[in-house]
Amino acid sequence: MSEKTTSYYVPDSSPWPLLGSVGLFLIAIGGGNYIQQSTSKVANDGSMGGIILAIGVLWMIGVMFMWWRDTIKESIGGLHSDQMDRSYRQGMLWFIFSEVMFFGAFFGAMFYARWLIVPWLGGEGIGAMTHELLWPDFQAMWPVTTAPDGRTTQAMGAWGLPMINTAILLTSSVTLSIAHHALIAGDRAKVLWAQGATIILALIFTGVQAYEYVHAYRDLGLTLESGIYGSLFFLMTGFHGIHVVIGSLFLIVTFFRVLKRHHMDGNNFAWEAAAWYWHFVDVVWLFLFITVYWL
Amino acid sequence: MADHHEHHAPTGWRRWLLSTNHKDIGSLYLWFSFAMFLVGGLLAMVIRAELMYPGMQVVDPDFFNQMTTTHGLIMVFGAVMPAFVGLANWMIPLMIGAPDMALPRMNNWSFWILPAAFSILIGSVLMSAFGPGNPPAPNFGWTFYAPLSTTYGPASTDFFILSVHLMGISSIMGAINVIVTVMNMRAPGMTMMKMPLFVWTWLITAFLLIAVMPVLAGAVTMMLTDRHFGTSFFDAAGGGDPVLFQHIFWFFGHPEVYIMILPAFGVVSAIIPTFARKPLFGYASMVYATASIALLSFVVWAHHMFTVGMPLAGMLFFMYMTMLISVPTGVKVFNWVATMWRGSLTFELPMKWALAFVILFTIGGLSGLMLSITPADFQYHDSYFVVAHFHYVLVSGAIFSMFAAVYYWLPKWSGVMYDKFWGEVHFWSSLISVNLLFFPMHFVGLAGMPRRYSDYALQFADYNWWISIGAFWFGISQLFLLWVLIKACFLKKGEKATDEVWEGAEGLEWTVPSPAPFHTFDTPPVVK
Repeated sequence: MSEKTTSYYVPDSSPWPLLGSVGLFLIAIGGGNYIQQSTSKVANDGSMGGIILAIGVLWMIGVMFMWWRDTIKESIGGLHSDQMDRSYRQGMLWFIFSEVMFFGAFFGAMFYARWLIVPWLGGEGIGAMTHELLWPDFQAMWPVTTAPDGRTTQAMGAWGLPMINTAILLTSSVTLSIAHHALIAGDRAKVLWAQGATIILALIFTGVQAYEYVHAYRDLGLTLESGIYGSLFFLMTGFHGIHVVIGSLFLIVTFFRVLKRHHMDGNNFAWEAAAWYWHFVDVVWLFLFITVYWL
Repeated sequence: MADHHEHHAPTGWRRWLLSTNHKDIGSLYLWFSFAMFLVGGLLAMVIRAELMYPGMQVVDPDFFNQMTTTHGLIMVFGAVMPAFVGLANWMIPLMIGAPDMALPRMNNWSFWILPAAFSILIGSVLMSAFGPGNPPAPNFGWTFYAPLSTTYGPASTDFFILSVHLMGISSIMGAINVIVTVMNMRAPGMTMMKMPLFVWTWLITAFLLIAVMPVLAGAVTMMLTDRHFGTSFFDAAGGGDPVLFQHIFWFFGHPEVYIMILPAFGVVSAIIPTFARKPLFGYASMVYATASIALLSFVVWAHHMFTVGMPLAGMLFFMYMTMLISVPTGVKVFNWVATMWRGSLTFELPMKWALAFVILFTIGGLSGLMLSITPADFQYHDSYFVVAHFHYVLVSGAIFSMFAAVYYWLPKWSGVMYDKFWGEVHFWSSLISVNLLFFPMHFVGLAGMPRRYSDYALQFADYNWWISIGAFWFGISQLFLLWVLIKACFLKKGEKATDEVWEGAEGLEWTVPSPAPFHTFDTPPVVK
């Protein structure tokens, strides 16, 4: 099936990039209007935002499906040379690097808040006058359970569900590694059960995170609106959660491709890309667990 | 082998909309950026019309703020960055002997996201300008500091945020494509240290893009949640800090500045050796200097915010790191001058632009050195001196290098020589007017005229009148370039270009016919 060619494959013209741009445009226009119409922070009398956003999302799913369908056909049609394979692999690694930098912005914000903002608001160093004049009652602490303006919340502990979730995610990385070794060894049955286990663990993790959010909102009073701690907690774990969902979908797709007997002949870029992505999500979680939940 | 592919070459709208060809996508990028250059320029004309005389004449202050904001955003993200990506698309595969960019479909996606992003941004300007009662376009300055953009941002801010997300997606995909192409698609024998310097500078630029565009995405995402979902990133009452926004923004923003100038260094390093008929002096040191500038760009960001209040140790660190950048930059200027030393110089238009770049960019670099001195910066901060500084490095730096590149490679792209008369008119007219436009800004800035105001004190009136004359003159001068481009690209009028085009030119791009055929290097050339 996958006879490798030697010349570099330059695809013929394709409609998916243009249609993908249309999809992103619809998501941006629809999303912007939907946010304005549903949060009522600025005036927006319309009502179409949600519908345009939904069309945009469905449109993008369709484009992604068709685009990847083309590349999978090319891959099993033997149009990908080793050089092409390297292009995809390097492209994926740089994409993951860009994701690392995206999380870096939030980690940077968290450390800046913990090490500089909060001590300054508490009156340290250059913050003495700010503290004295604006919020003389504010106590520097981390997590900030009482914000300068008096909002209070409870902090999320580390040793209950978050620790169990850490174990779940680490285990999923182990099962994925087992699957990876089996893939290279050509043991399809082992790939399927180990990857299947990874996917199940991924879904459990997402479920536990969802429950944790409910717990935070309902029992702890920890919300997006409870000051800098809540802001950082929900955006950091939230973006991680979105990446977990994307990684899970990626693993599910390659699981079905293994079911269809793809990837077993060394032509396994997509499978390994999904695995790299999953390990990346796992490493981000470790940093999150240590800095957001624990310390 | 070119004939073999000829019947595959798509025609009509499919060729441009569904392209997977690096040359066509490069042309799309270049024309898009030129269009944005004219739109952004038009907004600058509104700014200068208002500032020509003291008092309020043309627009109201809020609309003036929208003009400064969107002029900056459109020029940075719409004109300069896509121009260099277009150049990378066209030239990198030709320079390294590759059949195309590594990921041709993603290449087209990177491009077509830009019209989507900019129709949103420009749409908000048009709605504000022509729809009475509509909310203003973004009006908080191109740096969109919180809380101007969060608590006080108009309704258009949310669409601006999403268009920045789109621009970021486009830039990241474009940059990944460049890196993968350079790392993986070089012809046999094209080792890293044999690559033309333009390829090197773009490789490093692409690394910077992948490193900082996601940080910008993070910053605007925090803005969005602060605006609508009650988070407190930039709100001190909740334990956040508006200054946090400035830190995150400039952690993106300073590497961004080098994203806009490193490819310019590459262009000039290609052109000067050709017209000096000597190899580039200090090639290896140029590579290392570029890498040093890129690495230092990550640890200088707070020099944009010396006056905001930060510990003394922080100010000293950022001051010294910033000054350190002048070392590798000085290496570059020295190498360009040394390349010309005792060369057989001729002064065709690309060389004229490149020389203007070296001199005027150095002026901008020196005013940058002045700004890096923390105590002095307390005086210069947010004055027209800053405006003069960054327009010298961006207009007579980045954009002049783009003009140099266009005149240098236009014969290769279009197959005909540019119109020399109108090209000369464009050059001299731009050169004189750009200095009339930006040089007096140093004086009014040092005398205390603040930037971003729609009015000014009477003592600045004379200079501002001359600045505005320079601005209109510079704006009109660009129409000469439009004519030169139309004549070469669409009318195909002009002297037929040879393959080599320039007598002293070296590099793989000069071994293919002019105009470059639709497919080049299907079989990789062997580099000695």
